[in-house]
This record gives sequence, C-alpha cells and structure tokens, in this order.
Amino acid sequence: MPKAFDSFPGFAAVALLLAAMLAPGTAGADSDIAKRAAPCMTCHGKEGRATNDGYYPRIAGKPAGYLFNQLRNFRDGRREQYPLMTYLVQHLSDDYLKEMAEYFAAQDLPYPPPQPAAASPAVLERGRALAANGDASKNIPACMACHGKALTGVAPSLPGLLGLPRDYLLGQFGAWREGARRAAAPDCMGEITNRLSLEDINAVSSWLAAQPMPPDTKPAASLPGKLPVACGSFPQ
Amino acid sequence: MKRIALFILGLLAVLAALTAYLGLREDTGPPATLAGADAIARGAYLARAGDCQACHTARGGTPFAGGRAIRTPFGTIHAPNITPDKETGIGSWSADDFWRALHNGKGKDGKLLYPAFPYPNYTKVTRADSDALHAYFMSLPPVRQANKEPELRFPFNQRMLLVAWRALYFRPDIYTEQAQQNAEWNRGAYLVQGLGHCSACHTPRNILGATADKRDLGGGMIPMLDWYAASLTGESEAGLGNWEVQHLVDLMKTGISARGVVSGPMSEVVRESLQHLSDQDLRAMAVYLKSLPHGEPYVSNTAALTPEDERRIKQGAALYEKHCVECHKDTGTGEPPHFPPLAGNRAILLDSPVNPIRAVMHGGYPPSTGGNPRPFGMPPFGNVLSDEEAATVVSFIRNNWGNRASMVTGQQVNRYRTVQLD
Repeated sequence: MPKAFDSFPGFAAVALLLAAMLAPGTAGADSDIAKRAAPCMTCHGKEGRATNDGYYPRIAGKPAGYLFNQLRNFRDGRREQYPLMTYLVQHLSDDYLKEMAEYFAAQDLPYPPPQPAAASPAVLERGRALAANGDASKNIPACMACHGKALTGVAPSLPGLLGLPRDYLLGQFGAWREGARRAAAPDCMGEITNRLSLEDINAVSSWLAAQPMPPDTKPAASLPGKLPVACGSFPQ
Repeated sequence: MKRIALFILGLLAVLAALTAYLGLREDTGPPATLAGADAIARGAYLARAGDCQACHTARGGTPFAGGRAIRTPFGTIHAPNITPDKETGIGSWSADDFWRALHNGKGKDGKLLYPAFPYPNYTKVTRADSDALHAYFMSLPPVRQANKEPELRFPFNQRMLLVAWRALYFRPDIYTEQAQQNAEWNRGAYLVQGLGHCSACHTPRNILGATADKRDLGGGMIPMLDWYAASLTGESEAGLGNWEVQHLVDLMKTGISARGVVSGPMSEVVRESLQHLSDQDLRAMAVYLKSLPHGEPYVSNTAALTPEDERRIKQGAALYEKHCVECHKDTGTGEPPHFPPLAGNRAILLDSPVNPIRAVMHGGYPPSTGGNPRPFGMPPFGNVLSDEEAATVVSFIRNNWGNRASMVTGQQVNRYRTVQLD
C-alpha cells in the first residue's frame, strides 16, 4: 500500500488531491451549457441579462421552476404569443429544458436602474396600492402575497416582478386577457388578470417598472403566507 | 347532328363510369391475420415508423386524440381522434375497417378520405402490419375528444371530387418485394415508400396536391410549411451524392451527423419517429435511398458574379466574422456533428435559398434524441440582422469555400421573416 494511505490524514490528503484534480473536469461539463443555451441570448441578452429592447425580458436570476414552467408552456402550446419561442424549444426534452432553466436562474448579474416613470402620481399610487394590498372589492390579491414582500419572486417557481420593462409587463397582461398566455390549470394569473381593469393594468405595470431592485435581488425562500389563489404552476 | 350529340353524350357517360370505377374501387386484399402476442408491441413500433402521432396529436395534447390542424393549399384539415373511444375515436373500427382506411383510403362508413392522410403511401403496408397497428391503437386508453370538420375552400370541400382525384392519382397496391434486390434493400424500400411516407414532403406536388411520382423523392417546397425538402436521390438538387449510409443513419437516429443537422419539419420527424427505429431499419432505409438512380451531377446554373455581388458578399463576410465564425469557423468546416459544415453543405447550395434564410432568421434546435439529448442550436438572428444584412450573409456562405449558388436578395429574406412558424 502506498505510504500516504498508512494514516487517516494521509488518506484524506490523497482524497482531497484527487477531488481537486477532478473538479476542473466537472466544471468544464457544467460550463458547456452556456454555449448550448447561446441561441437564447440573441434576444434575451448575454447570460440572459436582457438587451435594451423592452420586448424581450431578462431571464437571468428568475426562479428556475418559473423558467422551466414557461419553457414547457411554450413547447406544449399553452403560451402562444411568441411563436419563435415555441419554434425553438418544441423538440427539446424536459431534462434539457430544466437544465437551461437552471443555468439562467443561477446567473447573478447586476440590474440596470429602473425606467423613469411617465405616469401621473395618482396612477403610480394606484399601482403601488394594488401591488402592496390588492383590491378586496374586486377580489384582487396583492402582488406581494404571491411574488414576495420584496417582489423578487419566491423559489422555486414564482417569478419576480421587478427589473422588467413596462412594455413587457403590459404585453403579458394583454396575452392573459386574450388567452394567448396560459399556464397549468388552475391558471391563477389568468383569472386575476380578468378581474383587473385596463386602468389597473396600466397602473400596476407603470409602478412595477419604475421600482429599483432591492439590495437582495434573489427570490425569497418561502411565501409570506398561504397563496390567496390556487395555482397549477405552484401546487401547495 | 343528333347522332354526334348522342355520340358525345355516350363518350361522357363512359368517361364518368371509368372515373367512378377508378375512383371508388376497392382492393379487398388479403384477409385479416391472426394477431400474435407481440402484435401490440409491433404496432407501437410501426406507429412510430408511420409518425402517426405527428398529425394525430395536438401540441401538448393527449397522444393520438387528434386535433392538430394540417394546413394545405386547399384549406385546413384537422387530424381525427384515433384512440379507441367508441363515439369520437375509432373504437368501433374492426381490423378490416382499419385496413380499408390504410389500404383503400376510405373511412369506416365508406367516406373517401382526404389524402392529407397519406394513404397513397400507407397503401403499401402489409395486412399483417395493418393488423398490428390496429391492435396497438385498440390497446390505448380511449379519449373522448370530438373531431373537427375540415375547413376547405370551395370546390375542395366537395368530397365527391375525390373520386376524380383518386382515379387520377391513387392505386391500392401493397409493396411487392423486388426479387433482384436483397432483404435489406426491400425492407428499406417498404419503410420509405410506405409507413415512412417520405415522399409526402420530399416529392414535389402538382397543382392538385398529388406527388407526381411516388418514387421520385426529387425534392421540393413543402406546401404551406415554406421549407424546401431536399432531394433524397442522386446528385441533382445537391442530393445524397456525397452522403454515406452511416451519415444518413446518424442523422435519422440522433438528428446530427458529420454532414449536417436536421432543421425545420425534419426535426419533428426525427424526434417523434425515426430516432425510435432500430439501427437495422434505419440502415435499410439509408441503403435503399442511396441506391435510388442518380440524376445528372449537380451543376449550378448561376450567372457570373457582378462587382455589386462582390461588394455584397464582402459585406456578408464581415457579418459572418461577427456572428457565425465562432461555431462555423473561418474555413466553413464547422465542428461536426454539432455545428454543421457550411462548405459543400447541400442545404446551403439548393437553388432555393429558403432553408439557409430560415436558419439565419429563426435559428433552431435539432431535437433532443437518445443519441443527442442536449443538442446545440442555431441562434435566431431575425431581430439582429436587417433583411439586406441577412441576405448578404447567406449570399456569402453560398459563394465561399468553393460554394457556388445564386445570390440572395433582401426581398427574398423579407418573405420569410414573418412566415408562420407552426
């Protein structure tokens, strides 16, 4: 037996050395997902950080479960508003889409400052009120009840609402209204959108797009309380 | 005068009778086979070979419950439910009824089927295989999902007209083995001509949507999908000439090969159908395809490049350097099998530039397959490049590294920028 194995510290040293030698190989296998996911980046920006074009959302740092759900929604025809997304992912397996989702979720990149708000103070106040408290008279829950107190989302599959352009947010509400964006049933966000007036949609989108990111941009580990509505994408 | 009129009337009557005979006749074929214990498993495999689920399953829907809209130049046909639900599916169909559909293109009630259902190919299938397919479909869980009527324009919505179409283009005909060929070749021919229905895309269609000659496989635009299905025969249309059997097997099995990567509708064919076939069957298909008569060697009839062409190609070269070179390399050799070579790549050199234009504009991933579960993909450059810029890049790759094919205009690119992707 080699001398190094004669004692436990010697054995441990050899084991550590072996682990260190193996590590770069493991890292290499991990890192090729960036190249495999490169087609996503012409629209969603380098490492998913978004571009200046307000049409394509940032995907870096969104919860992995949320991204995975959306990729499957595109593939399986529940989201119809971006045919190019469906086209790109339509023949990819669950395992592979999950790996891509995890790659983008793991990107921890700085956020640009928010868009300056063009809406009136009254509209912004209505938006803030909806986000923080909802509107009980219309059976609209607060955004924060599901998307986290800081609105940075909740792991594993509730998305953050900050750091997104107003045009993108408006586009999603429009798609829910028209049935072009759907999720696993019950489609909670689709139901809530139907209770929102166009004025409310404008108010909450304007307010959200104008908010700076909090110091900790990561999704919260758990929900503030029980979900106010049942969501197929977030079974409880 | 009266005599001439009578003569013409008589002639018309004979023609009508002949058309009715040819269009409605039925070939009973051999009797039903005794379903062996392995019939369901064989049927499952044959359903893969026939890519039945491609049409009979809606996106994200229950397998074989129907609902996918098949767009044709004559209107849209919704593929029906073929699960064994008694009311909305084929639960009440006997093995004879099923055979009648496959072999004669007629429904259980004798209704003439629209040839969007590729029965001009499926008629080649043997009775034993038809019975195995029937046994498989009957073993599936029944799904209650009502069928949608075809939405065809007048006059194509008149089913009676199919009598004339069938008289012209359809003969019920089981595949007959060619005695001078070996078993492997015959197996390949059976799969390619029959269940594989390769000619549905790879043979050009005439104005009435018929594949003029089923054996042709000479390549053509796929109606409505706006992709060019390359020739599977010889050198013509930059055909299979320099592809080896193993390259074809690799492409069908994994979606990637040393020569090229599948794109467009072929990605679905590999994902849903071909990757599930045995190596032996894939090899047989490749051997058969490679044996098809070679046409004339491919000669591009492109005019000499003008100084303006040269200027645009140079512009395309600069864009290539910026966006493409990392994967496809300076030498145009790519990094096979993941990043296909562009030098000498037949998909690039086809007279119709639609495939390279669409690859640049919309990108695409080959399918996840058993042999290549995590495919590399082509980025979509549609929102990065203008029509003219994309045209210069495609012109550059079509005219560099010894490639020689027609120049591409911004107008041609524009035509495909907003093409329907489904």
